Amino acid sequence: MLKKLLTVALVATIAAATAGAAQAQTMQIRIATEGAYPPFNMKNAAGDLVGFDIDIANALCAEMKAECTMVAQDWDGIIPGLVANKYDAIIASMSITPERQQSVGFTEPYYSNYLHVMAKKGSGLSGADDLSGKSVGAERSTVASQWAEDNLGRTADVKLYDTQTAAYSDLDAGRIDAMVSDIYPAYDWLQSHDGFEFIGDNIDIDDKIGIAIRKNDTELRDAFNAALKTIRDNGTYAEINAKYFPFDIY
Amino acid sequence: MFDLVQTYLNLKIAASDSICSALSPISPELFVNACPRFFDGFFVTIELLLLSSVLGFLIALAVVLARVSPNRFLSIPAHAYIYVFRGTPLLVQLWVLYYGLGSMGAEGLGPLWPFFKEGWWVGLLTLTLNTAAYVAEILRGGIENLPHGQVEAAQACGMTWSQRMRRIIFPQAIRIAWPAYGNEVILLMKASALVSTITVMDLMGQTRTIFSRSYDLSIFLYGAILYLVLAGLLTLGLRLVEARMAIPSFTQAKSSRQP
Repeated sequence: MLKKLLTVALVATIAAATAGAAQAQTMQIRIATEGAYPPFNMKNAAGDLVGFDIDIANALCAEMKAECTMVAQDWDGIIPGLVANKYDAIIASMSITPERQQSVGFTEPYYSNYLHVMAKKGSGLSGADDLSGKSVGAERSTVASQWAEDNLGRTADVKLYDTQTAAYSDLDAGRIDAMVSDIYPAYDWLQSHDGFEFIGDNIDIDDKIGIAIRKNDTELRDAFNAALKTIRDNGTYAEINAKYFPFDIY
Repeated sequence: MFDLVQTYLNLKIAASDSICSALSPISPELFVNACPRFFDGFFVTIELLLLSSVLGFLIALAVVLARVSPNRFLSIPAHAYIYVFRGTPLLVQLWVLYYGLGSMGAEGLGPLWPFFKEGWWVGLLTLTLNTAAYVAEILRGGIENLPHGQVEAAQACGMTWSQRMRRIIFPQAIRIAWPAYGNEVILLMKASALVSTITVMDLMGQTRTIFSRSYDLSIFLYGAILYLVLAGLLTLGLRLVEARMAIPSFTQAKSSRQP
C-alpha cells in the first residue's frame, strides 16, 4: 500500500515537473515559406505573409501551443536553408518527392495537388496532348516543370521561370501558348484573369503536399502529424479550406 | 557561311558526346542525364558571350567616337547612354527589356514582337548594350592616355580627323586598352549568368534546372568548373590577340627591359 502510494506520488511529481518544464519553455519553431505562391503563401500590401499555408501553420502552432515565427525564403534555396538549420520547417506547399526525401523529411500530407494546363480563351487547344510545337511555361524547381519537361519536352518548347508570377506575366503577354501549373494557384489566378481558362482534364501525378523538416527531427514531425489530425477532426481545417476554395483540397 | 555553322553544330555534338561518355563511369546517374544538359548550356553561354562581345565592341567603337567628339550633339547622347547602362544593374536592364517591354505583347510591339518574344534575343540585346557602354569607357581611357603632342603632330602633317583616328590614335589606344578590355570580357561572361532569369537555358539556367531535380549541391560545383574552363579559354584567346598585336618597343614595360 505504502509502496503504491509512493509510486503515485513519484509519478505525480515527475508529471508536474515535466509539465512545468514544458510550460517554462514553449516549443520555438521557425517556419520558412516562399511568399510568392498565391493563394497558399504570399505577401499582402503591408508586406505580411498570408495565405492557406500560413493559416494552416498558425492553426498547427496554436494546436501544438508552440511559438512560431514565419520567414520568407526564395524557393531555390529553401531546402538548403532547412538543412543548414536556418529554420526548422518548411510550410510552402511543397510536394513530397523521392528526390526531396533524400535531403529532408516530411510530415503526413496536408493537401493534395493536381496539375492543369491553362491557355488563352479561344486558343483552340484541347489539353496537354495538344501542345506539340507550342511554347509551354512552368515554374522551375516544381513538379509542374518536371512533368512538362518529361512529357512535353520532346515535342514542345518548354520554358522555365523563376517564379509563378513571371510565368503568368509571359502567358499574359502571349510569349507562351500555354502554362502547366499546380491547379490551386492557377484556379486563384484565373479568378482575376477573364481571358484565360483551364484546358483539358486534371493531370493526376499522385502529388501530396507535406511539411518538410530535417530528417532526424522526428519529434517535430510527430508533433505536426498529431496537430494536423486534430485540426482535420475538429473542423479548423475545413474552416481554413473554405476561405480559399469552394471544394475540399485535403 | 552555312558550312561554318554546320561544322560548329557538329563540333558541339561531338564535344558533348565524347566528354560525357568519357565521364559517365564516374557517376553514371549524374553524367548520363545531366552532362548533355551542361554542355547545351555551356554552348549557349559561349554563343551569347561571343556574339554580344563582338557586337558590343562594334557599338562601343561608334559610341566612343561620339563620346570624344567635340560635337555636343554626338558627345552628350553618348555620355547619357554610357551613364544609363553603367549606372543600372544588368538584372534590372534584363527585366525591363524582357518583362517590361514584353508585357506590351504582339499588339504593342508589332514587327518587333518576334524578336522580343524570345528570351535569347532579349538576352543578347541587353548583354550587347551593357558591355558596349563599358567597352566605350575602356576605349576612351586608351584614347585619352595618348600624349596630345601626337595629335598635334598629325594635324601638322595635314591629316584629317578620320585619318588621325585610323592611323595614329586608334592603333595605339586599342593596345593600351586591351588588358582592361580582356577584363570586361571575363566580367561579361560571369554577368551573362543572369539571362537564366529570363528563361534562357544558358550554363546557369541548365545548372539550376539540373539542381532543381536532384537537390545535389555538387551540381553547382560542376557548373562552376565549366565557367572556369570557359574563363581559361577566353584568357588564352585574349592573350593570343594581345601577343599578335604587340609592337616591340611600343609598350613601356618592354622598352624599359631593353638596354
